[in-house]
Amino acid sequence: MTLMIPAAVDVADLKETTLLNMGIFGLFVAVTMIIVIKASRNNKTAADYYAAGRSFTGPQNGTAIAGDYLSAASFLGITGAIAINGYDGFMYSIGFLVAWLVALLLVAELLRNTGKFTMADVLSFRLKQRPVRIAAAISTLAVCFFYLLAQMAGAGSLISLLLGISDWGGQALVIIVVGALMIMYVLIGGMKGTTWVQIIKAMLLIAGAAVMTFWVLAIYGFNLSDLLGGAVETSGNPNVLNPGLQYGKTETSKLDFMSLGLALVLGTAALPHVLMRFYTVPTAKEARKSVVWSIWLIGLFYLFTLVLGYGAAALVGADTIKAAPGGVNSAAPLLAFHLGGPLLLGFISAVAFATILAVVAGLTITAAASFAHDIYASVIAKGKADADTEVKVARRTVVVIGLLAIAGGIFANGQNVAFLVALAFAVAASANLPTIVYSLFWRKFTTQGAIWSMYGGLGSAIILIALSPVVSGAKTSMIPGANFAIFPLSNPGIVSIPLAFFLGWLGSVLDKKLEDTTKQAEMEVRSLTGVGAEKAVDH
Amino acid sequence: MGNDAPTPDAAASVDFKQVQSTKQFQELRKRHRSFVFPMAVAFLLWYFAYVLLADYAVGFMSTKVWGNINIGLILGLLQFVSTFAITGWYVSYSNRRLDPIAAEIRHEIEGHEFDKEGNKISGVTK
Repeated sequence: MTLMIPAAVDVADLKETTLLNMGIFGLFVAVTMIIVIKASRNNKTAADYYAAGRSFTGPQNGTAIAGDYLSAASFLGITGAIAINGYDGFMYSIGFLVAWLVALLLVAELLRNTGKFTMADVLSFRLKQRPVRIAAAISTLAVCFFYLLAQMAGAGSLISLLLGISDWGGQALVIIVVGALMIMYVLIGGMKGTTWVQIIKAMLLIAGAAVMTFWVLAIYGFNLSDLLGGAVETSGNPNVLNPGLQYGKTETSKLDFMSLGLALVLGTAALPHVLMRFYTVPTAKEARKSVVWSIWLIGLFYLFTLVLGYGAAALVGADTIKAAPGGVNSAAPLLAFHLGGPLLLGFISAVAFATILAVVAGLTITAAASFAHDIYASVIAKGKADADTEVKVARRTVVVIGLLAIAGGIFANGQNVAFLVALAFAVAASANLPTIVYSLFWRKFTTQGAIWSMYGGLGSAIILIALSPVVSGAKTSMIPGANFAIFPLSNPGIVSIPLAFFLGWLGSVLDKKLEDTTKQAEMEVRSLTGVGAEKAVDH
Repeated sequence: MGNDAPTPDAAASVDFKQVQSTKQFQELRKRHRSFVFPMAVAFLLWYFAYVLLADYAVGFMSTKVWGNINIGLILGLLQFVSTFAITGWYVSYSNRRLDPIAAEIRHEIEGHEFDKEGNKISGVTK
């Protein structure tokens, strides 16, 4: 094969590929829909619907986790960040990857052994059911909502580039189509169908990135140093190889980067939609295998994005990327067009769509399960609801969440979406992680500690964001006209995460009520040995 | 679960406090914690050391080592290497030191080795 390289990417050419993009995407939807319908035939019980009958193998689930985790923000966002900001973009990938060690060492297996369907199962295991479950469900819904909004809004801005639809109504229509498809996947397929969509998408995404990485490296004779040199040459700025281009400007921005790094590394292991995936495997050992698989796949993928980001900087150029519709996010699609013309662009665009669709489906089923299982079955019906009713409620919740996501996505379209993802990580790390770690490892942890930590973490993260420059006081703010930004950092993690850990400790030592030591013993024994853990559903 | 309808499994009637106090379980907990805690502290320190260097020691990180490859890139890639290495290390540690002892305790409990009063019941195995 000869490496045909068009001299420059003409953005106007991209619109001609719209039909091709739509065709490839339509094919993906058709194939996955058939698989989802086939997979759903065995959906009978709540365990089938929420946890895919706990029947996936470690490698399958690991691939699905990679599918869930490598969202459009990872693929398009990180490639773009490296293409524009160089080394600082690369540091996102490192935080996102290292974070998996927290999940592997401290959370995955213990959680699989003690829970049933949701994160709240584990957090309320040995504490008072009602208050802890409600708090855990509220923070689950909050994290899912921010994440969902970011994905839906991202879908809107992607469309302007990939399908050549630039008017507001057209983008809204595409958001509605994405939302409607997602509702169908989750309603029909439940967790099993959703998992298959994730697996297929992860394989397509990693394969697509691998082909492009190989191609870029081939152009530079498989010499990384030459590729980096190419990026410097095109950008005319040797600092793209050095840290600090984006975050090194002021002392505040340096601190902001520390804060972001903290939220990234501690947030992953507390994301409800990631935690819920550990219930889809039969044993803790398979949960461990899942994390190992996902670490390898995600690590490999982030290595690809390093090459793709600098490749886009060298071959397409930061100025062309910034000028294209879709801005920073267009680096990967533009690189695909530069390398393989309309066909590769069509493939990469379809994969990007599939990515949004799959991540949104995973978030929706997590939120629906949390509402139906934690709030409806345990709190409203006081544990008296039978499993069929619970699943029925979950399905209705899927429709409601889907509609909310569509409305939110249309409203948030064009907003600064990167902060929504960062906020989801910060909220997860502040509201969930301290309580997960304390309840698994600290014997003296109490209900009051959990409540203080979860509401304190959730509240402080959201309040600090509201008072930060992302909401007001700067040109790029959501409300540029107003200025009530008394908190200087865009990322609240550096304050809200230590605060939540402190509140969990303080609430526990000040709690006069004693917790049930039998339950503590049961949780500890179960978590480490897997005694009485939920078994796979036999079909 | 907790106060939910109890799961219909063999563990329902187990005296967990009794199991928790056994030497075997204490050993399992010690082995688990003595691996995961130091390892978690180590990789978090290494990660934050890296972030601090990138944040505040830009000159050092920008030092070129080979062609256009600088110290920052090498340290960044070493984060990948250490993540893969710790993953592999943990898996082999679990397989050798944690899984066998956990399986032993599980078999004993699910065979109803202890009743509610903590008396050892013999002869019941699964």
